[in-house]
Amino acid sequence: MKDMTLSKPARAVGIEITGVNLSYGTTHVLKDVALSIRPGEFFAFLGPSGCGKTTLLRLIAGFAQAQTGRVLLDGQDVAPLPPWKRDVGMVFQSYALWPHMTVAKNVAFGLEERRLPRAEIDRRVAQALELVGLSPYAERRPAQLSGGQQQRVAVARTIAIEPKVLLLDEPLSNLDAKMRVTVRRELRSLQQRLGLTTIFVTHDQEEANTICDRIAVMEAGVVRQVGTPMELYESPANLFVANFLGSANILDERSGMPMPAGKRLVFRPQHAALSAPEGAALRGPVTHREFLGATVRYAVRIGDSEILIETPFQSGSEMRSVGDQVGVDLPPRRMLFLPA
Amino acid sequence: MSSSRSPGQIALALAIALFLGVFLIVPVATVVYVAFTEKGGGGLTLVNFLDFGRTDLFVRSFWNSVYVSAMTVVWASVLALPLAYLTTRFEFRGAMLVQTLGFLPLIMPPFVGAVAMQLLFGRNGSVNLLLDEWFDFKIGFMEGLNGVIFLQAIHYFPFILVNLSAALRNIDRSMEEAAQNLGSHGLRLFRRIALPLALPGYIAGASLVFVKVFDDVATPLLLNVKEMLAPQAYLRITSIGIDDPMGYVISVVLILVAVATMWATALVMKGKDYATTQRGGGGLARRKLRPREQVLAYGVVILILALVLAPHVGLLLLSFATVWSYSPLPDGYTLAHYTRVLGDSSVYIKNTLLYAGLAATIDVVIGGAIAYLVLRTRLAGRQWLDWAASTALAVPGVVLGIGYLRAFYGVNLPDGTPLATLWIVIVLAIAVRRLPYALRAAYAALQQISVSLEEAAENLGATKARTVRRVVIPLMTGGLLAGFVTSFATAAVELSAVLILVQSNSDAPLAYGLYVLMQTPAGRGAGAALGVIAVLIVAICMWLSQLAVDRSQRARGLDI
Repeated sequence: MKDMTLSKPARAVGIEITGVNLSYGTTHVLKDVALSIRPGEFFAFLGPSGCGKTTLLRLIAGFAQAQTGRVLLDGQDVAPLPPWKRDVGMVFQSYALWPHMTVAKNVAFGLEERRLPRAEIDRRVAQALELVGLSPYAERRPAQLSGGQQQRVAVARTIAIEPKVLLLDEPLSNLDAKMRVTVRRELRSLQQRLGLTTIFVTHDQEEANTICDRIAVMEAGVVRQVGTPMELYESPANLFVANFLGSANILDERSGMPMPAGKRLVFRPQHAALSAPEGAALRGPVTHREFLGATVRYAVRIGDSEILIETPFQSGSEMRSVGDQVGVDLPPRRMLFLPA
Repeated sequence: MSSSRSPGQIALALAIALFLGVFLIVPVATVVYVAFTEKGGGGLTLVNFLDFGRTDLFVRSFWNSVYVSAMTVVWASVLALPLAYLTTRFEFRGAMLVQTLGFLPLIMPPFVGAVAMQLLFGRNGSVNLLLDEWFDFKIGFMEGLNGVIFLQAIHYFPFILVNLSAALRNIDRSMEEAAQNLGSHGLRLFRRIALPLALPGYIAGASLVFVKVFDDVATPLLLNVKEMLAPQAYLRITSIGIDDPMGYVISVVLILVAVATMWATALVMKGKDYATTQRGGGGLARRKLRPREQVLAYGVVILILALVLAPHVGLLLLSFATVWSYSPLPDGYTLAHYTRVLGDSSVYIKNTLLYAGLAATIDVVIGGAIAYLVLRTRLAGRQWLDWAASTALAVPGVVLGIGYLRAFYGVNLPDGTPLATLWIVIVLAIAVRRLPYALRAAYAALQQISVSLEEAAENLGATKARTVRRVVIPLMTGGLLAGFVTSFATAAVELSAVLILVQSNSDAPLAYGLYVLMQTPAGRGAGAALGVIAVLIVAICMWLSQLAVDRSQRARGLDI
């Protein structure tokens, strides 16, 4: 692996995004977005569809123009650069493999555009294909490959140009569930080997949690919180983040629980336990019971709201029935009071 | 739909097979057979083809036809490429107008405008008179073969435009963005990504143009160009007689060229179905034109539009002109030509409406029946009906006409008149020529109907025949109507088969009348008036067809 330049960590590049506002007509797609992505980081834009995450990615690639704000790549403002001069590799959601070219031709494209000598192109195409394990398929057409293989061609085509950063637009969405798990591990290990700053756009919290170092959670064009997967789960900054990553129970003061004005009580279903109703701050009737194997999930009505409580299942443990009055036992350190 | 093989369906299939056999396969087979037999009914021989190869006139005509067809493709591409590129790649006002041009060749076949174009662009036509006066030179737009190329390119470039634009629009924008992301841009990007992806569409359009020009009889003849292959076939049969083998040999060559072109096209297109539109933004990303580019773009578009409209404008002027020669515009204007054609020449119009109406009815009935048999039954060999009907595409009109003449001349009716001289034969020839188009329309209409709608009817107790009548036909109406109108419109201006088959003026349709009148300076005005009427008939039909399609789509939109 001595001359495998592609597999050596390149000098990683950071991305600074400040004060970005972007509108299409009257639709305000990105609102005052600011992010700092560290060199070599695997970073996710996570959010529901329409939250602006893909637009933000396209802004970095040069396919969208912001009305205000700056995008700095390695300290350099990229605004004046057209897409073809930015050196940011983008893997499209649809892969966008050119059907009139072979796999090898697809991978060679960016190198040819850079007018590299033929021998150098051939060498780097071979390397890129080897890196994604597709060397035997060099002369195939994209249509002759499976979805997972096509995705790897798209990645190979992009990393062959040794981009400053790698942008992945929902790269797993066109794969079946089993492939998704395999491919996301491959992407992670490839990113680690290359040491390439990578941005991963997804609406799937599990994908983001499993492979990314840090995540920006977006909603309606706004970055709601940035942090590691664990930080976001343990201490969400707002109700949206709490709800979007894992399930969360949300209660207001009508539940009978004292709380600061304008805040809501938030806690995870597995952090509460059921107790006797007498003397409990939160109590109500059981409305549903679901047996999930390792856990039992109860739904309990508290005032107007319904909360979920998951208790570990052991044989012989006491089961509640629908209609039973129960109390909810919640340790204070598990209580989060978040702005409504 | 497992056991759909009722006696009724078998009878229907046999009837269609009989029709296609008698009116398509037998005449064409007769032509081929005669080409390979010695004159006067000897054994099989290749001597006729050797004669063809030894006759300078035929060899010259063959290469002239190849040259004219190829050059027409080149010039049609020159006209179509910028329009397709501008309307799909840029934010371009008037894109709709440019795309509407796609219907112009259907509205007016090239021979209709031939004489008018001579008056506008000929040696002593308007344009050259003005050029001569102002700049002291003339351009030989209409000289010899150039005239045919010029006229055909103007008429047929929309076939390339429509196919190429559709192909460009079917390219997903991520195809281009991926290339930009990897460092490509500008013309190089277009050449490496958009153009190759759109190539299949271009080739489809170009091969269509090539075959159409190669088979055209009337346009070269009206421009007084005789040394081309299709006109030679016509002249041979009409001047020397139906016993002369050379007309048949030429016919076989015409069929071979058409088949070879289609085969080569299919070969090139194999494995190149590049439709890449996926979810998320179809079509190429559109760019704004810079001011200087805008001036250039609109200049090109206006020039092309002017060329495309020239035959129509010329025809209109000619139809109102008293005298028009050696002057840029007619000397005076009159309504006399219209009074004449609406008076004693009105038989042409009446015949046209009758023939086109009958032919279109036959096409829709047979096309609909074939579509149903192929898509909804399991009859053995049903695909053959489709293939047989579609072979009509490869048979030039002049060849079909010659085939009818030869095959049916010997068949006498009880009163002794030969079958080939009856006007109904003209209708049948036109019907067979247009059948492939009606068939495609019927296919499209039937494919949009879910089989479960029919199964639901059968489940509720309707028999197959009643299901067809109460469910299938009502749902297909819009599509079939569109097929009818398209067949009608194109049948109304069909000439190459008609030219051979018309026996007397009283049986002739409008296109034939126009052809005859245009031959003499005195008849030109009336010919042009007939042409304007033909254009109007076809334009109204096109509009009605569009209306029918829109309507049925809207109705279906409500249902589903």
